[in-house]
Amino acid sequence: MAALLDVLNLEVRYGGIAAVKGISFAVEQGEMVCLIGANGAGKTTTLKALARMLPSKGEMRYRGDRLDRLPGHAPISRGLALVPEGRGVFSRLTVAENLAMGAYHRPRHESGEVAADLDRIHELLPRLKERRSQLAGTLSGGEQQMLAIGRALMGRPQLLLLDEPSMGLAPLMVQKVFEVVRAVAAQGVTILLVEQNAKLALEVCSRGYVMESGDITLADKADVLAADPRVRAAYLGE
Amino acid sequence: MPRKSWLGMALIGAALALAPIVVGASLGNAWVRVLDFAALYIMLALGLNIVVGFAGLLDLGYIAFYAVGAYLYALLASPHFGIHWPAWAILPLGAAVAGLFGVLLGAPTLRLRGDYLAIVTLGFGEIIRIFLNNLNTPINITNGPKGIARIDPISVFGQPLSKPVEFLGITFSGVMLYYYLFVVLALGIVFVGIRLQDSRIGRAWVAIREDEIAAKACGINTRNVKLLAFAMGATFGGVSGGLFAGFQEFVSPESFGLMESVMVLCMVVLGGMGHIPGVVLGGLMLTVLPEAFRHGAGPMQQAMFGKVLLDPEALRMLLFGLALIAVMLYRPAGLWPEPRHRRELAK
Repeated sequence: MAALLDVLNLEVRYGGIAAVKGISFAVEQGEMVCLIGANGAGKTTTLKALARMLPSKGEMRYRGDRLDRLPGHAPISRGLALVPEGRGVFSRLTVAENLAMGAYHRPRHESGEVAADLDRIHELLPRLKERRSQLAGTLSGGEQQMLAIGRALMGRPQLLLLDEPSMGLAPLMVQKVFEVVRAVAAQGVTILLVEQNAKLALEVCSRGYVMESGDITLADKADVLAADPRVRAAYLGE
Repeated sequence: MPRKSWLGMALIGAALALAPIVVGASLGNAWVRVLDFAALYIMLALGLNIVVGFAGLLDLGYIAFYAVGAYLYALLASPHFGIHWPAWAILPLGAAVAGLFGVLLGAPTLRLRGDYLAIVTLGFGEIIRIFLNNLNTPINITNGPKGIARIDPISVFGQPLSKPVEFLGITFSGVMLYYYLFVVLALGIVFVGIRLQDSRIGRAWVAIREDEIAAKACGINTRNVKLLAFAMGATFGGVSGGLFAGFQEFVSPESFGLMESVMVLCMVVLGGMGHIPGVVLGGLMLTVLPEAFRHGAGPMQQAMFGKVLLDPEALRMLLFGLALIAVMLYRPAGLWPEPRHRRELAK
């Protein structure tokens, strides 16, 4: 059976510069996979290409269907949600309105299910319920990250693309965010995680890919990668 | 709707209905004319508010759509081509043509934001104006800088609004009749604006303003929704332009300069971007106050110094600039911002 997400020779260029140089990888249903690597390795670019925010070459298949020909607003209605880098909450909308925007693409007759999803998200992220009438821009960084994840979940995705959820957060908050990510995965959502915090990413994920200047240089089970001397030297500060 | 708001609306309605009669009797028809312009500018500002306030696309060439509407009316209802279509046929056509121009401006600028978008739209506004100025050769379409004169006035039920009407013992002059037409249309545009704001499209505009990538990731077709913002805004501009041409019975490229675009943008920003009552207030203030100043500054200087020291026109721009700086310093979200926006900026 084909994987949930299959990427073959993905190439993304910014003008003359190739940011991603023909990488191939796959994510199976129910897996939690991370892409780790240093600044500028092409991780975010890869994720943006998957979410169709950037034009790219190569083949991307999601549930066997071509993803690479879709416009940027289409993936969510096929079950593929992006939590963008830097969270991208709508700061002058309230928390509740932000969450509602996550269900923007869902048809009107699903409103009952949308309400049920909102309840589940409030259960998972109680802070969002407390602050539902507050403007998203007034939340702390960690709460904004939770909101961004909650908003993506409102689209009821099967595959969640998470771009650096730990960015700019205090260590304690990072732990909390990762707890949420784990809980989401436990609900059966497949997760592709991009992280600079390699240690944490390899702890929560089952498999990982290491990216270096646009190429995948290592691919293995997370615990193997975490023990690999090259990874330890480059990303774990040893 | 609760009874209290019905009462409030009745009061506003009565005030709007009586305003030209009271103003006409006390200050003269010149001031009713100022009110007419206020209504026109409010319509323009509400149109620009869709683009700038809701969708967050800075448009410095907005007056071009006003020009398109005005010239379309002028060409289709004047002796220039000998065509005399009724206003009710031209105004919707003007709205549609202006909307098309909105898409024409929007399509190549879809990827631009902020400063870059502002520069391109500014250029677009100037292109339209320069075209109007120069399209008198080889074929005389726009009559060039001389403009188009003797445009047909707008008629309602066969009654040209330029001719006074007597009703209930009161003589309603042309400017008063135009006032009623403009106010009714402005109210219509306010209504459409409010409905749009609370609609799916309105929410999509705001989402794009806040974060385009996240908006796209939520499943919003950002390209279409942005084009729709340009088209909608332009439509309002086109209607106001047609009304302007019928009201003035004369159009020339001079009326559609960059300063006009800036003025309309000031109304939106000063009043409170994205907040419809604020934009209405901004439009009203920036039309009425400069006029009051124009009439008041000369006599005041006469009284104080015995002669006019500063040309009221120059003084007007100086004070206008100062007022803008003061508002931006002390009320950065505008005079009457959206309540939640104010909360955020106050933090």
